Amino acid sequence: MGDTSNIKFKIQDLNLFYNSFQALKSVNIEIEKNEITSLIGPSGCGKSTFLKTLNRMNDLVEGTKVEGSILMDGIDLYREMDAILLRRRVGMVFQQPNPFPKSVYDNVAYGPRIQGIKKKIELDDIVERSLKQAAIWDELKDRLYKSALGLSGGQQQRLCIARTLAVKPEVILMDEPTSALDPISTTKIEDLIIKLKEHYTIIIVTHNMQQAARVSDKTAFFLLGEAVEFGVTKELFSMPRDKRTEDYITGRFG
Amino acid sequence: MRETFIHEIEDLNDDLIMMGSMIESAISKAVEALTNKDVDLAQEAIEFDNQIDNKEKEIESRCIALLVQQQPVASDLRLVTAAIKMITDMERIGDHAADISEIMLIIADSDYTSHMSKIPEIAKATIKMLNDSVNAFVSRDRKLAKSVQKYDDVVDELFVDIKAELTELIRSDLEESNQAVDMIMIAKYFERIGDHAVNIAEWVEFSQTGMYKGTNIM
Repeated sequence: MGDTSNIKFKIQDLNLFYNSFQALKSVNIEIEKNEITSLIGPSGCGKSTFLKTLNRMNDLVEGTKVEGSILMDGIDLYREMDAILLRRRVGMVFQQPNPFPKSVYDNVAYGPRIQGIKKKIELDDIVERSLKQAAIWDELKDRLYKSALGLSGGQQQRLCIARTLAVKPEVILMDEPTSALDPISTTKIEDLIIKLKEHYTIIIVTHNMQQAARVSDKTAFFLLGEAVEFGVTKELFSMPRDKRTEDYITGRFG
Repeated sequence: MRETFIHEIEDLNDDLIMMGSMIESAISKAVEALTNKDVDLAQEAIEFDNQIDNKEKEIESRCIALLVQQQPVASDLRLVTAAIKMITDMERIGDHAADISEIMLIIADSDYTSHMSKIPEIAKATIKMLNDSVNAFVSRDRKLAKSVQKYDDVVDELFVDIKAELTELIRSDLEESNQAVDMIMIAKYFERIGDHAVNIAEWVEFSQTGMYKGTNIM
């Protein structure tokens, strides 16, 4: 498809139900390429549910019904795309670092191997490139064949990012990627996220509003399944348009 | 609810109102001392400036603590930012009130009241601007803040009139030149107070809208 627009995802009238519970209500958002978009809001507001629709992780939850559409590069990802291929293009990093109980090398090579890459020289190249992109090559190059479980939490999380990068996705989804990490590891991940946006579109769920303010270009505030406000991060945090956004970010909520 | 934080923001608000009323009272003292040739009151106005300076420092550290500890956003961030800017103008108004009283003490023995020109008018006009800018802050009244910005023209015109009248006096009677120059300086201080009141009103508007002098600076 010769899609030349800057829009990576166009979300139109998206409703999502878990059985009879409506978790997302008429969400309309456009996410731009090579931007970092933060999703904020109180627990249970639908931000993680929304994140998961972008690579159809909700397909795995029984009783999920999706209405409306999400276009990725102009293609409806619920109707016109294979979920497995979609997830190769849209990678995900979770709250708890979840490396496989394998060596550093095998963690990063896992995805490419499943994709059929077998030549060692090719895999070596991917592992080095991915670890470098994840800003952890220097720390791990001498322990590539040691277990990933022996790494610190911050290193494990960057390894998981490297593992995501190894299959060359276009989009990276992050669900509270630093909430289990100390401040120094958090800073490293934040710096990394900002570097990665040159090549990737990044969407991040965070409970840390300062983090959203620090790293993201755009921010969406979710409340009770609704995308209440979506806009330029700096504007949302200095002059929110909606009173509900103001009340939430200033802590006058509830 | 961030209860501690919300209390701190309310305290900041109260402190700003307090400092606003302190400078209103400083100006009133200076004007009353000037018109009634009240040396004691002039002395009081000069000493009162220390209290205003202390209040500025107090509010300044309150704002810095809020920024460090609470990382305010949205309306809270605008309030703290506006506060840091507003207190500089308030402090300067306090200085000018003391400046006026200091000149008055120097000329207290002379018959300066016969050369006041339109100084009582410019004093009244600047007091109005100051009261309005403080009230605009207290009641979050953008319209009133705008009106202060417009009213500055009245003060500027009065200053031009006073300057012209006193320049004429110097020309016609060199004996009176010292007093005339002192009076022009007093008038200039009032004119500056008007400018600072405009600045306060502009920050009031910013704290409401995020716009400063017509530009979005957030």
